[in-house]
Amino acid sequence: MSDTADPTTDAAGDMVAAAAEMHGCPVSDSRGQVVIHPTRQQYVGVVKALADEGYAMCADLTAVDYLDYMRRPLPAGVTPERFEVVVNLLDITNRRRIRLRLQVPADDAVIATLFDVHPGSEAMEREVYDMFGIEFTDHPDPSRILMPEDWIGHPLRKDYEIGKIPVQFKGANS
Amino acid sequence: MTATIRDEGAQEMRGRSELTARELMREVGSVLRMSEAEVAKLGDMPDDPDEDQTMILNMGPQHPSTHGVLRLMLELKGETVLRCKPIIGYLHTGMEKTGEQLTFMQGGTNVTRMDYLSPFNNELVFSMATEQLLGIDGEIPERAVWMRMLLSELNRMSSHLLFMASNGMDLGAVSMMIYGWREREEVLRFFQKVTGLRMNHNFIRPGGVAADLPAGWRDDVLRLLDLIPERLDEYDILMTGQPIWRERLQGVGVITPDEALALGATGPILRSTGVAWDLRRDMPYLHYDQVEFDVIVGSYGDAFDRYAIRLNEIRESMKIVRQILDMMPIGDYRIQNKKVTPPPRARIDESMEALIHHFKIFTEGFKVPEGEVYVGIESPRGEVGCYIASDGSPTPYRMHVRAPSFVNVQCLPHMMRGGLVADAVAVISSVDPVLGEVDR
Repeated sequence: MSDTADPTTDAAGDMVAAAAEMHGCPVSDSRGQVVIHPTRQQYVGVVKALADEGYAMCADLTAVDYLDYMRRPLPAGVTPERFEVVVNLLDITNRRRIRLRLQVPADDAVIATLFDVHPGSEAMEREVYDMFGIEFTDHPDPSRILMPEDWIGHPLRKDYEIGKIPVQFKGANS
Repeated sequence: MTATIRDEGAQEMRGRSELTARELMREVGSVLRMSEAEVAKLGDMPDDPDEDQTMILNMGPQHPSTHGVLRLMLELKGETVLRCKPIIGYLHTGMEKTGEQLTFMQGGTNVTRMDYLSPFNNELVFSMATEQLLGIDGEIPERAVWMRMLLSELNRMSSHLLFMASNGMDLGAVSMMIYGWREREEVLRFFQKVTGLRMNHNFIRPGGVAADLPAGWRDDVLRLLDLIPERLDEYDILMTGQPIWRERLQGVGVITPDEALALGATGPILRSTGVAWDLRRDMPYLHYDQVEFDVIVGSYGDAFDRYAIRLNEIRESMKIVRQILDMMPIGDYRIQNKKVTPPPRARIDESMEALIHHFKIFTEGFKVPEGEVYVGIESPRGEVGCYIASDGSPTPYRMHVRAPSFVNVQCLPHMMRGGLVADAVAVISSVDPVLGEVDR
């Protein structure tokens, strides 16, 4: 909790000062953490390039549905879309983290899978598909992971109403 | 392209006849960082057995050794596990969705129930993320920081003690179950004295901790520190040195450093492969940079290494707790920032403003500036992370927890591949998943 609590802070500041662009993507700073904003075309290429730079572990992959909050701050040149896929990469050699925020439009919520770069993203991508309905092309197992396989709807979407949908159980007499 | 993907497909493991060769090879090859041709040449497995020689066996979700409701589908040839697929979600209660309804003030009650064996670590990561968003992460009083460290280290001990118990039980050392629970209970008794609850404390909150340490806490901790080392030595006699124990664990569930990194495994699983990665040392948070401790690593990446790492991490945690006892300062246990801290009870009786403030903070919560932040800390199971996106309101716009068990469960197919079905239990146990956190 002290100033020394997060050693990535200083490094992050330097990196942002040095380059406002990284692999051709806008870079921003969020509370001292480095965030880059690739497009869907750049996405896998950037993750591969970062993996070569040492970000060898995909620590986390999740998504946010920004349906009610489209005015969020983003760096210039990034068009806000409804969905955002957030990937946290970890470099254990140089002890640093980087975050990717990828804009995904609602009417074409399809992105490429990271499975071939980081196989550990498999379950996390399934979770994002399950919860948000964002599809990952060429994913080895595009099934639901947490909800029952015949569930309809994607619960973490902001327009998925809470407590108003009867709970579905397969084969149960209700 | 989308036609195949839109088909949500069954979650169950499919038989070999329904899979293409590419799918089968991708399962293995991608993790080993090999091309499909190289995988085909591997030949360490009975290649392409006839489907009438294999059997798909369903294990769980009601199996006692699956630590809750983990379900595994195992493809067996005789006693050998050829493929394995974990199926999860039986405990899914939508905690991330719930997290969007609760204010930052209330969020702790939600996250503490995810990894119910290390509740303090979950509360800590949530509080740290909230504090970073508020920009008060540098202003947390010293006593609160050291209290957080004390509790999270004791929590690491209680969690690993429970692992000792369940690991022993799973492998047939049934008396170990009782011993492990007994020692864990001693730690939980201390938690009850400090927080009022044995589990799900909601004690570490944004801005500090909920209350000061009770009178006599130091004696209680010292009693624990005197009691547990002897008991750990008993575990050594009961398990570590025993030929039967070693036979059951050594060489079982082996994973290489490359595989562990590729799969995103953290915590004891990653360290068992020899990668010395511990966020407490490598990306220090709280005051872990001011205490001395060793990061325990293994060398074979097998179930025995993971057992030994956890056993010795209990010892390291006790070393840290001893230093915390010496360093614990006097002072505030929560930040004196009116924004996040409710007024003291006595003030409410004499001041209308304090009453209003108290009412507002508990009904509406406090507003957190716009932004998004990811914080990761070392829980007993690996990196537990919290990603919060705030839209400036008192509730998180999105609250995501990166659960170490959720990611670590992906290692199971690779640890079990080619092993015996009897060792499957040892492998599950050595990963030490907490299903509350896997499913959230």
